[in-house]
Amino acid sequence: MAADDMTQSGERKFTLNFGPQHPAAHGVLRLVLELDGEVVERVDPHIGLLHRGTEKLLEHKTYLQGIGYFDRLDYVAPMNQEHAFCMAAERLAGITVPKRGQYVRVLYCEIGRILNHLLNVTTQAMDVGALTPPLWGFEEREKLMVFYERASGSRMHAHYFRPGGVHQDLPPKLVEDIRAWCDQFPEKLDDIDSLLTENRIFKQRNVDIGVVTKEDVLAWGFSGVMVRGSGLAWDLRRAQPYEVYDELEFNIPVGKHGDCYDRYLCRMEEMRESVKIMIQCCDWLMKEENAGEVLATDSKFSPPRRAEMKRSMEALIQHFKLYTEGVHVEAGEVYAAVEAPKGEFGVYLIADGSNKPYRVKIRAPGFPHLAAMDFMSRGHMLADVSAIIGSLDVVFGEIDR
Amino acid sequence: MSEALKVLGEHIQAGQPTAVTGWTVTQGELTVTIHRDQVEDVITWLRDEPACKFTTLVDICGVDYPQRAERFEVVYHLLSMHQNHRVRVKLSTDEENPVASIHHVYPVADWFEREAFDMYGIVFSGHPDLRRLLTDYGFEGYPLRKDFPLTGYVEVRWDEEQKRVVYEPVELVQEYRDFDFMSPWEGAKYVIPGDEKAEG
Repeated sequence: MAADDMTQSGERKFTLNFGPQHPAAHGVLRLVLELDGEVVERVDPHIGLLHRGTEKLLEHKTYLQGIGYFDRLDYVAPMNQEHAFCMAAERLAGITVPKRGQYVRVLYCEIGRILNHLLNVTTQAMDVGALTPPLWGFEEREKLMVFYERASGSRMHAHYFRPGGVHQDLPPKLVEDIRAWCDQFPEKLDDIDSLLTENRIFKQRNVDIGVVTKEDVLAWGFSGVMVRGSGLAWDLRRAQPYEVYDELEFNIPVGKHGDCYDRYLCRMEEMRESVKIMIQCCDWLMKEENAGEVLATDSKFSPPRRAEMKRSMEALIQHFKLYTEGVHVEAGEVYAAVEAPKGEFGVYLIADGSNKPYRVKIRAPGFPHLAAMDFMSRGHMLADVSAIIGSLDVVFGEIDR
Repeated sequence: MSEALKVLGEHIQAGQPTAVTGWTVTQGELTVTIHRDQVEDVITWLRDEPACKFTTLVDICGVDYPQRAERFEVVYHLLSMHQNHRVRVKLSTDEENPVASIHHVYPVADWFEREAFDMYGIVFSGHPDLRRLLTDYGFEGYPLRKDFPLTGYVEVRWDEEQKRVVYEPVELVQEYRDFDFMSPWEGAKYVIPGDEKAEG
């Protein structure tokens, strides 16, 4: 009878502070949870604890300097972000990327997708109680980061994509190693699969949790896996193809129920598709007839090659001008979006004809996803909150900017 | 692609003749400018009209042009997954005049509008909860306005004596360097320091 009394007097209601430092918050997120017993009644996410003013900083940097800030947004898959910014600048300046440059970009974007999904799938499993998957997944992530390092010199903050292509061509040995990695990875994925997919506890924690209907998807501006998990086959790589995605063969996995478990399955399947794309890219890059430039050769936008710079006076001047003053991008505005691992990552760029952007708005996929946290968690148990955050795939680098 | 967008532009102009002030297709993207006071009608119409079907709100952002009479632009990016096209809707406002909130058309607009309010001080009328979103608790000023300095006004540090974080005015050892990349051949639009001596 005591419990009933408490219900009637409303004593079961209380407010809980989740975070800002909580291992299941995937970064610095503070959630103010209003609970009725263990049932969530309202979620108020307080974000911005990682706000660094990226958009303001970009207004004060040249286009080349700006790329580095994009690595630091979603630091789980850095090159996918650079890609959107470079594409926006290219469209305004009218630069075309050589074919080989496009293939290298696609290869590294897919590496980024696997980096992201490996982290997300395994840490979401950790949020619901499994400790082994992250240990297995991070081993593969480490290998992929080595590929990042071998291409750009840096494990994470690559600064590798440039307006006009990528900075340097890949060494042949690196392409071979990536190709070899692709052969062994599906096996590793099967291992993780065997730990989770049919795991009773994992299913109990994820099936029918955080269900999103097709209507919700549209109303809340979702993108990426959050859309596909609910049964809509929407992928920018297919719907609005950029680079060479229209020449590559891959499938778009789609879920049925729109719950956390379907999103997990989508991510697992997307990794297998990414491997397929990577294999096609590696095979293309290894063919001798496909050798060539990876960066646009228009000296107005891209710096001369090192060897040329040592011999030609004009090249030296060009090099100096491009690395101090930078590229002047014609006035105008453009919205460039890529299918980043988390969803649609867009850059709305307004240029005023100078060497710096007038305004850059970064459209991070995680932002609308987290905005829907309140409606997704209502009526769920407290323990489900961490499962939902995990399956939203939030990274605060991009949400807080 | 741009032909289809031109048709769409004309269709929107015809469907909302009083609200739309103009439209252009640049870089393969359709931009529609509208009157501020009719934003709710236009956005709802764009969402429900079968030929448009812009059912996803991708983004809302502010842009600051301090030299204009109405200094802010609010830019809406809409996407239609059904028709696979996008549109950009623009309107202008200033510090005082509110823009009607569209959170009841797209619930996600709630956060996007809070962000625009936080960064620019653009007020959205009818918004249920117009709090700051990204900046610190108790933050003052609107950081993305062009007249807000890049370094900000205050910095924080941990004070060992008071055992708490304290806010102090920003102190820079060196001025922030904002380089001027003016070409010496094009001529400056302002007086270069030292030039006034030549005038005697």
